Amino acid sequence: MTDQVVAPGTAAVVSEERVARGIRSSRGTVLAVRVAWGLAGVAAVIAVWELYKFFGPADGVTVGGDGSAGSGVILLPRTHDRAMPHVWEMIARMFAPTSGGDTPPLVVSVAAAAGTTLGLAALGWLIGVVVGSLLGVAMQRWRLVEAGLLPWIVVSQIVPLIAFAPVVNAIGTQVDRSGFPWPPWLSVALIASYLAFFPVAIGMLRGLSAPDALHLDLMRATSAGWWQTLVRLRLPAAVPHLLPALRLAAASAVVGAVVAEVSIGLRGGIGRMLIQLAGQASSDPAAPWAPTFGTVVMGLVAAGGVALIGVALHRFRRGEDTA
Amino acid sequence: MNATSLPGWARIAAPVAVGVAGLLAWYAFVASGSAPRMLPDPFAVATELVERFPLVWEAAGITGANALVGLLAGTVIAVLLAALAATWRPVDGMTAPLVAALAVVPIVALTPILNTMFGASSQFGRQAVAGIAAFVPVFVNTLRGLRQTRPVQRDLFRATAATGGQTFLRLTLPTALPYLLSGVRVAASLAVISALVAEYFGGPADGIGTAIATYAKSGRAALAWAFVGGGIAIGLLFFLLTALLERIVARRLGALRP
Amino acid sequence: MTISSDLAVRASGIGKVFPSAGGEVTALTGVELEVAAGEFVSLIGPSGCGKSTLLRLIADLDSATSGDLTLYGKTARRARLDQDYGIAFQQAALLPWLTVAANIALPLDLHRWPKARRDARGAELAELVGLTDFTGRYPDQLSGGMQQRVAIARSLAAQPKLLLMDEPFGALDEMTRERLQSELARIAAETGAAVVFVTHSIPEAVFLSDRVVVMSPRPGRITDVIDTRPGRPRDEALRESPEFFARVTAVREALHGAPVLRANER
Repeated sequence: MTDQVVAPGTAAVVSEERVARGIRSSRGTVLAVRVAWGLAGVAAVIAVWELYKFFGPADGVTVGGDGSAGSGVILLPRTHDRAMPHVWEMIARMFAPTSGGDTPPLVVSVAAAAGTTLGLAALGWLIGVVVGSLLGVAMQRWRLVEAGLLPWIVVSQIVPLIAFAPVVNAIGTQVDRSGFPWPPWLSVALIASYLAFFPVAIGMLRGLSAPDALHLDLMRATSAGWWQTLVRLRLPAAVPHLLPALRLAAASAVVGAVVAEVSIGLRGGIGRMLIQLAGQASSDPAAPWAPTFGTVVMGLVAAGGVALIGVALHRFRRGEDTA
Repeated sequence: MNATSLPGWARIAAPVAVGVAGLLAWYAFVASGSAPRMLPDPFAVATELVERFPLVWEAAGITGANALVGLLAGTVIAVLLAALAATWRPVDGMTAPLVAALAVVPIVALTPILNTMFGASSQFGRQAVAGIAAFVPVFVNTLRGLRQTRPVQRDLFRATAATGGQTFLRLTLPTALPYLLSGVRVAASLAVISALVAEYFGGPADGIGTAIATYAKSGRAALAWAFVGGGIAIGLLFFLLTALLERIVARRLGALRP
Repeated sequence: MTISSDLAVRASGIGKVFPSAGGEVTALTGVELEVAAGEFVSLIGPSGCGKSTLLRLIADLDSATSGDLTLYGKTARRARLDQDYGIAFQQAALLPWLTVAANIALPLDLHRWPKARRDARGAELAELVGLTDFTGRYPDQLSGGMQQRVAIARSLAAQPKLLLMDEPFGALDEMTRERLQSELARIAAETGAAVVFVTHSIPEAVFLSDRVVVMSPRPGRITDVIDTRPGRPRDEALRESPEFFARVTAVREALHGAPVLRANER
């Protein structure tokens, strides 16, 4: 939910120097510089990890315990290799066979599982975007619909809707047993879709309501109807508001898919792999890190996909406040 | 069309009507017998909630406490880091891409790893996940707030020969405060959601999430839904408290409303 | 000969160059200006002529790339640290979370004046600008003209001998503008402060000033200085007098660089 809930302050007077600096840096250098800083940040995190392993107390830092297991509040983790593997051990493990013998390398299994889950998340995202958009358009069209539904939608963003996941899954199993086919992956996609559709509905409503009163007057003066105004004015004006909503929806769909898989124990999904390998962590400590990195990559790919959509729609984003 | 505004009463009546209609539809669907067993009728859920209230309360206390710890820790670290990033470009450069990445990855997926690192009997994994989830919106909003002072205001303080510390305390901080609190309001909901969902990924066998999963699996529908209700209640509570705080401070600080 | 410590502002050979994408921008070049104590001087000119830049240099909000600048014999920086001047901008820049009284007293608060002295001075200033009944209000409860009056009161807080004003009435409507011009003229006369006043408006410059400094862009420089001492009190009647019109015409001609043909002479 980092789409800017906070509107920026009024535009500042830009001094000559600031404008000059902005003109000077080209887009290419800006991107390269940002990537370099990002890598520096990752390197810093790795450095902190390894330094802590080297210098930190072997049993971690506990506050208020009496020495027995599970007592007190653990502030810093234990440093030995079973609890905190070295970064290079994590990387090496990814290229070792998944479960010994001639099973494919772990990174391949993770990629396959991530692909499966990402596919389900994408399906859920699509459904959510379609339903959310339709709802957004309906809310913009009829004030009564907006008044009736918007409060519920806003509330749904606040409460842990995902708490429903095990229940949805249980319902799905029952429906399936009673004869109406309901494969487990459908539960996953559905859970992902209802997490995705709420931000899209709100984003679409906000975006469709965004055009200047002046532009609306213009449309009215040229006697354009509701549908034309929607397609030629409101939808294009909505793009800058929709893109953050689509990004949030993508991230939510990914989370929803992973959580749903864990609830269901879906075979072939990354959620199940995550739980499985974590269960074996005492004998194979570096293994659970691979699917963890896999979920991180999934999130980045999902966001990247939305960014590509944003690039394709760049014509509608001219004059947008940088988010 | 919708050119004219709705009367005030309609703005309240409409969502209430939708809620009531939803409840009635739910009840009718279940009463018709065609609903799956996992979908009990609203009264059964309410009954279980009342009968098992101590259980729900205890579980809610655990999940709520985890969310609170995460929210507080995440907020403190986010404010400190945002202050650093607003002051030194290198810090800003390194944290911006990392925070952008954090905002899109499933943070709860870190729970199994954290449980391995800190031990599966500790609540710390869930608190850490809630903390990371809370960190992101507070950091982003606080950083933006720290940059909202206008050049003419900064000129004024310089012209009045104010020291750097005075400018920070008297101008930058009051300007940033409403943004910070907006971030905390968003973070509160995220912390609750994350604390709850993290319970699906392992750790001690307590909390609302574990209860929902357990009872859903064993087919005790109404009880599972009662715990869902408990989770929703915590979410609403966190939201209301932080939204209230935000509103009070924004009013106290005058026209600066995000 | 006037010693520089007697002069409110002494600018000698001032130049300011900004780096930019297409090379350098010369905002100011070869500026020579002397403002005597108690004198009211306006800077007028089209966009880009450097008038605001010059004001910012005097206020030590920017530093000159060449030349020498003193305020009452001190460097601009020293004068700023000693709070020898007060400043008002086009935007009132009031802090939204402070009352009118607290906004007026802000410079005094920052310099740790004791509360009693602060409050007394604040009340005095509020009365000076006619806002005694509004001291407990917040900026969002005031009109634009009232906010600007608070800003002017704030600029006088530390009893400066020099006032710097960057188009303070630029965002106001004409009626409010004329009213505030009269008030400013009165306040300047009462406090005896020197004033350097940047404006776009010819009648405003002529009404308020003892001298109007005309500037030109590309490169920013002073092209003319016109004496506009009224020889009579600065009241509403002044605006309708023939001498006023004559001076306005003189400034206009100086701005256009050539005499403007009157309609009955074509």
